[in-house]
Amino acid sequence: MEIALVVAGILVVLAFFLISMYNRLVTLRQRVREAWADIDVQLKRRWDLIPNLVETVKGYAAHERQTFEAVTQARAQAIAAATSGSPEQRASAENALGGALLNLRAVAEAYPQLQAVQEFKDLSENLSATEDKIAFARRFYNGGVRDYNTALMTFPTNVLGGMFGFTPEQYFELTDVAERAVPQVKFT
Amino acid sequence: MAGPAPRLSIYDALAANRIRTAVLIAVFTLIVLALGFVFGEYLQPGGGAALMPFAIGFSALSSAGSYFAGDKVVLGMSHARELGVGEEPQLRNIVEALAIGSGLPTPKLYLIDDTAPNAFATGRDPRHASIAVTRGLLAKLERTELEAVLAHEMSHIGNRDIRVMLLVIVLVGTVALLADWLMRSMWWGGRRGRDRDRGGAVALFAFALALVTPVIATLIQLAVSRQREYLADASAALLTRYPPALASALRKIAADREPLEVANKATASLYIANPLKDRPAFFDGLFDTHPPVEERIRRLEAMG
Repeated sequence: MEIALVVAGILVVLAFFLISMYNRLVTLRQRVREAWADIDVQLKRRWDLIPNLVETVKGYAAHERQTFEAVTQARAQAIAAATSGSPEQRASAENALGGALLNLRAVAEAYPQLQAVQEFKDLSENLSATEDKIAFARRFYNGGVRDYNTALMTFPTNVLGGMFGFTPEQYFELTDVAERAVPQVKFT
Repeated sequence: MAGPAPRLSIYDALAANRIRTAVLIAVFTLIVLALGFVFGEYLQPGGGAALMPFAIGFSALSSAGSYFAGDKVVLGMSHARELGVGEEPQLRNIVEALAIGSGLPTPKLYLIDDTAPNAFATGRDPRHASIAVTRGLLAKLERTELEAVLAHEMSHIGNRDIRVMLLVIVLVGTVALLADWLMRSMWWGGRRGRDRDRGGAVALFAFALALVTPVIATLIQLAVSRQREYLADASAALLTRYPPALASALRKIAADREPLEVANKATASLYIANPLKDRPAFFDGLFDTHPPVEERIRRLEAMG
């Protein structure tokens, strides 16, 4: 009788332990998904800013056609990658877009009249703010992925994770655009 | 990032702050009960017990009041005005980005119309948090420096420091007010009443006051642990990935000799750097609300 009680007690404790472990994994995964939604919102906001920005710069630098086309194309590819791609593909498309935008800004630098236009200033501040938010959202997302993946890889959560089909999440790697891309400024 | 890890992790900070909140409310209740008892005994021998329900009700009410409305009180005391959606877009953009980066809701933004650069955060939890900045802060800091200061404030919100600091300010203020009020009423009441009892009651009260004052000082020290400012600095550096910005912002704020007029001894501990520039000597030791700026800068530079 006493042994049965002890065994029952151990089982109850074990059950609570497993439940809390399972719940922790679910919480961590949920945090990753919410963080992903944050990135998504900011990336979309960047897409929305681009057409206006391109039009504004075009008004002052109409002959920089290559730069505009590169931005427009990169934007289309980023949008396409968002509907079909993995975080990895998406990151590389967004990365390319960031590089193209950097070129566009470098081109705009060469036109002092453009720098004085209020609409351009507003768009510029908006774009900077959005890219800031993308950077912060990405860090927060990657931090969440790190915590979740670590939990999935360490004992004893890895056993439970395997049993209930938890899979690791992918990091969203945007290399620092400002460091990588060499702006191609043409003074033609 | 190479550099000394903060000695206090955010999880330790959360747990410590929960305990601090409980201790604060308990100590406050005890002080109010003690004051009530002394006052009751003074009015009528054996009358202390009769005042107890009143004292308990009073401490419960003021604890709840400072928990739920303390931020309004503090913001009001600082003459802070809430910013509308279209105002100061750069400030709002930075705060929104930092909120995303720390996984917190965007706090409400307030502006203090003063040219001395400073900032503070307040509220009872991250969902009911506010950040107040002075006009001088917006004017005198670069964008990266402003971002670093705001990241420091977001860290106070994330670590739940804001709740402890808020309770301290309002509860300590209430005790001081109560002690003052009781002392006055006993003094004048004693004049009118029988002179024979007065001496004993005043002595009793002086004893109670002597008991209370060091407790108040301890409370303030509890609230203003230096460790907390260091932790918020370190978290801010981690959030922005750029410690030199906070170092140079602190340097600018400390170098500014202009005192912030709306700050007082009660609210000084809230600000990112001591807003009272001409503090008297005793204030230094007992109520030292902030670690020396030089030391904070040194630690930040060690991180970079």
